[in-house]
Amino acid sequence: MKLEKGLLYSKSHEWVKEEGDEVLIGLTDYAQSELGDLVFVNLPEEGDELSVGESFADVESVKAVSDIYAPVAGIVSQVNEEILDAPEMINESPYEAWLVKVTEISEKEALMSAEEYEAFVESEKE
Amino acid sequence: MLIFEKSRPGRGCTELPPIDVPVIMPDEKNKRTLPMHMPEMSEGDLSRHYTELAKKSHGVNDGFYPLGSCTMKYNPKINDEMASLPGFAEIHPMQPSNTVQGCMEVMHLIEKYLCEITGMNHMSMQPAAGSHGEFAGLLLIKAYHESRGDYKRTKIIVPDSAHGTNPASAAMAGYSVVSVPSSEDGCVDIEKLRAAVGRDTAGLMLTNPNTLGLFDKNILEITDIIHECGGLCYYDGANLNAVMGIVRPGDMGFDVIHLNLHKTFSTPHGGGGPGSGPVGCKEHLAQFLPSVFVKREEEFFFEKPSHSIGELKDFYGNFLVVVRALTYILTLGNEGIPKAARSAVLNANYMMNRLGDLYTMAYDTTCMHEFVMSLSELKKNTGVSALDIAKGLLDNGIHPPTMYFPMIVGEALMVEPTETESKETLDHAIEVFRQLYKTAETDPERLHQAPAHTSVTRLDEVEAARHPVLRYNWEL
Amino acid sequence: MGGYVPSTDQEQLQMLHEIGLKSMDDLFAHIPEEVKIQGSLELPAGLSELEVRRKVQGIARKNKVFSSIFRGAGAYRHFIPAIVKSVTGKENFLTSYTPYQAEISQGVLQSIYEYQTMICDLTGMDVSNASVYDGSTAAAEGIAMCQERKRKKALVSACANPSTLEVVKTYCFGNQMELVVIPEKDGTTDMERLKEQIDASTACVYIQHPNYYGNLEDAAGIGEIVHEAGAKFIMSVNPISLAIVKTPREYGADIAVGDGQPLGLPLSFGGPYLGFMSCVSEMMRKLPGRIVGQTKDKNGKTGYVLTLQAREQHIRREKASSNICTNQALCALAIGTYLASMGNEGLKNAAVQCTSKAHYMAAELEKIGYSVENKAEFFHEFVTSSDVPAEKIMNALAAKDVLGGYPLDGHRVLWCCTEMNSKEEIDEVIRILKEV
Repeated sequence: MKLEKGLLYSKSHEWVKEEGDEVLIGLTDYAQSELGDLVFVNLPEEGDELSVGESFADVESVKAVSDIYAPVAGIVSQVNEEILDAPEMINESPYEAWLVKVTEISEKEALMSAEEYEAFVESEKE
Repeated sequence: MLIFEKSRPGRGCTELPPIDVPVIMPDEKNKRTLPMHMPEMSEGDLSRHYTELAKKSHGVNDGFYPLGSCTMKYNPKINDEMASLPGFAEIHPMQPSNTVQGCMEVMHLIEKYLCEITGMNHMSMQPAAGSHGEFAGLLLIKAYHESRGDYKRTKIIVPDSAHGTNPASAAMAGYSVVSVPSSEDGCVDIEKLRAAVGRDTAGLMLTNPNTLGLFDKNILEITDIIHECGGLCYYDGANLNAVMGIVRPGDMGFDVIHLNLHKTFSTPHGGGGPGSGPVGCKEHLAQFLPSVFVKREEEFFFEKPSHSIGELKDFYGNFLVVVRALTYILTLGNEGIPKAARSAVLNANYMMNRLGDLYTMAYDTTCMHEFVMSLSELKKNTGVSALDIAKGLLDNGIHPPTMYFPMIVGEALMVEPTETESKETLDHAIEVFRQLYKTAETDPERLHQAPAHTSVTRLDEVEAARHPVLRYNWEL
Repeated sequence: MGGYVPSTDQEQLQMLHEIGLKSMDDLFAHIPEEVKIQGSLELPAGLSELEVRRKVQGIARKNKVFSSIFRGAGAYRHFIPAIVKSVTGKENFLTSYTPYQAEISQGVLQSIYEYQTMICDLTGMDVSNASVYDGSTAAAEGIAMCQERKRKKALVSACANPSTLEVVKTYCFGNQMELVVIPEKDGTTDMERLKEQIDASTACVYIQHPNYYGNLEDAAGIGEIVHEAGAKFIMSVNPISLAIVKTPREYGADIAVGDGQPLGLPLSFGGPYLGFMSCVSEMMRKLPGRIVGQTKDKNGKTGYVLTLQAREQHIRREKASSNICTNQALCALAIGTYLASMGNEGLKNAAVQCTSKAHYMAAELEKIGYSVENKAEFFHEFVTSSDVPAEKIMNALAAKDVLGGYPLDGHRVLWCCTEMNSKEEIDEVIRILKEV
């Protein structure tokens, strides 16, 4: 399992990257390896409101759909159009393939550091 | 090779006589300018094209087809012949009713027979398929509550083992879905059901026997719980083949049902359809039924239900499928119907019993018309998955069981042999299943690579979904 | 007694013993007695094949098969080449299920891929699904495809087939979209009213082309109004007409739907028919139902699979765009065969014959005092009015084995001509009507 230092991680396997007032949200390497080859991503629209713990997007593999949950509350300021055409980017480089950029953050769930997330995944496996 | 690649300009079949009136063409502003690319082929080449495609297709007539939940029984030839009688096939749906008394008699008879088999009071043949019937049934439930001024019932309860169409149909009818987990014995968890119901419950959707092939013995308690809170009970008829002539949904407390004539009543599936999904109900819902009733005085006549949910499709449903089902019921009659169910259940139990020492059964108890195996252990020990075993069956001329369903069983294979298979066919299939298990232990790679003897090997579904190519393109 | 169970009672008993049971009843012992049927069902006794044949043939004979038909209104009698039935009768196609196991279903899958291509080519669209139930459910599904969070209103032309309006109404009762009917004016959609009705909450506008009265609409004009409002434009089309009439693509439609029945499916008292659906590539993932795609196998060989399945109910469950599962696959096979058999020239010929004969008949009816209501250009259906009661017209024709047009009211009749109606037949109708 690959991890990237400096990112924050959620229990539902999203990563969060803080960039000033904004954050980027993506799927962790562990998440993508569990999901398998992704074939499509359904993303929200710019301007959509996210609330903590609610599904804001989903990813499709050939035989499954999985919801992606918002680790923060805020407004979607940008969606990554590139991964709409190339969902395999999530499989290939999960920490570069961000899904949405969120602004006006009003709430954050308790997020983990890379080390904490690693321990969390290990404990979940058991 | 695609039909378009076989086409040659100027070739073709001669189908129509020359025109015998002055030629009229659309005005310039409405005239097609896009080029058209219909195949241009002689009838001989065309006929061979489809014969070649037929050879690369596997139907019930090609061999054992134990596809769980789909009831792939033999399709009697007389059914097709009756459906193609000119007296049915050449009848315009908008002919005056005095010229379609035969069609109306078909609808009248099958409604009577199907109501008797299911314990319902009325049935409409209009829904075109199972999920269409589900949609219709849910709209009946919705219309019923709304007619009582009760707009607060917004939830439909669906067990987690249900067919995917159940929640999808509920959503189409504007309901939100509450999923109730199954208990350890594979049946509805009564306590969790009690906790889930309330004044917002519009109804429950259930199949019994359920998708695990088990008859829920608490059925009367379940339907009581729903009725007590003011909801209605919907029976998904996908598995009726196990119990027809033995028990009736109407006697189990169900208010609404749909049937799959293309499963239980032996009309062919045609590579995916057409089917027929009649929706039936008890008297208190009859006024909401879609389309028309066929009634009889001196002649048959149509009458609209007083508070009908309206039309679900054009005309009277997939009528020729209904003709096939009627032919089938007339053939089987009052003894043949329960006999078919009993034989289907026997065949399933026989196979389950003869495989049970090797394969892990999801629920080790008497099953109905189908049973579910879990290959999780096998996969853990050998790396061979349910998919691999399924692909191994292909090399043996057997259509695989339903895979990875129901979702609550890991590495599931759902086997429904049906009643029209002989003991020899079952014994052969059992032998093949057992050999594949041994191959999994000795040579797992062979199964990972299966099938080896089909016209293509495993296909790249990921690439197909990532970069969809959904049509032939002449420009490329 | 009839039945298709191969095992004898003796064999079944042996099977029961082998699994440690004594009788069939043991298999059902766990079912509570209070729900079991006591006695037997009130159904007639089973019959031999010969008896069944006699009985069902007897029922079929109670229907009247007209030797000539001038009625359409949503179901059309066209010529069906013999090869169509030969192909759909092949057991490998007829008795197979949905092609979940691609390796042994390449034939079915390829035939669907070919059908999808033909529907795209016919309508000018980019993507087609593998079929839905019929033209009206295709309309309802097409409308549901256009639903967005802020766009929940569907505008449907009053000139669409009344049956379609009813079906769309039923689906909207379910999915809570608002249905607004655009009024008719002189037999076509009222463009001025459309302009007033359309707004930012409009998801789509649906028209039928040719419409219920046979008229061609100002489809390009409607398309412009629709797109200006940011809504989607759905056209329901008669597939035969597309051989000579502009395609939905050329008129600017986003979604094309229709009933495929004219393409090789018998009248069948209304079904099974087939709903075709195609759309522009931007809407591909909103298309409901099965879709077949091309791909490669492990050895690089081209093959076909069901694809984009994550849209569908068996995966997405309550979030699926539609609940459709079983479709009209065998009808799609019939249509593919029909189109291949007719070819470009055959299909054009059929379309030209339809419209030419309708115009010939309309002119002949006018000569004997009927007035043709169609002000716009029409395809193969048209409306007449006259002082003669429609019922009287129908009875006079029926007496000569002719099914006349569809009576819209006491004095107006919707007529239809296809390539099946010879000039002689039309002249005969005129002769009969002259005397009414």
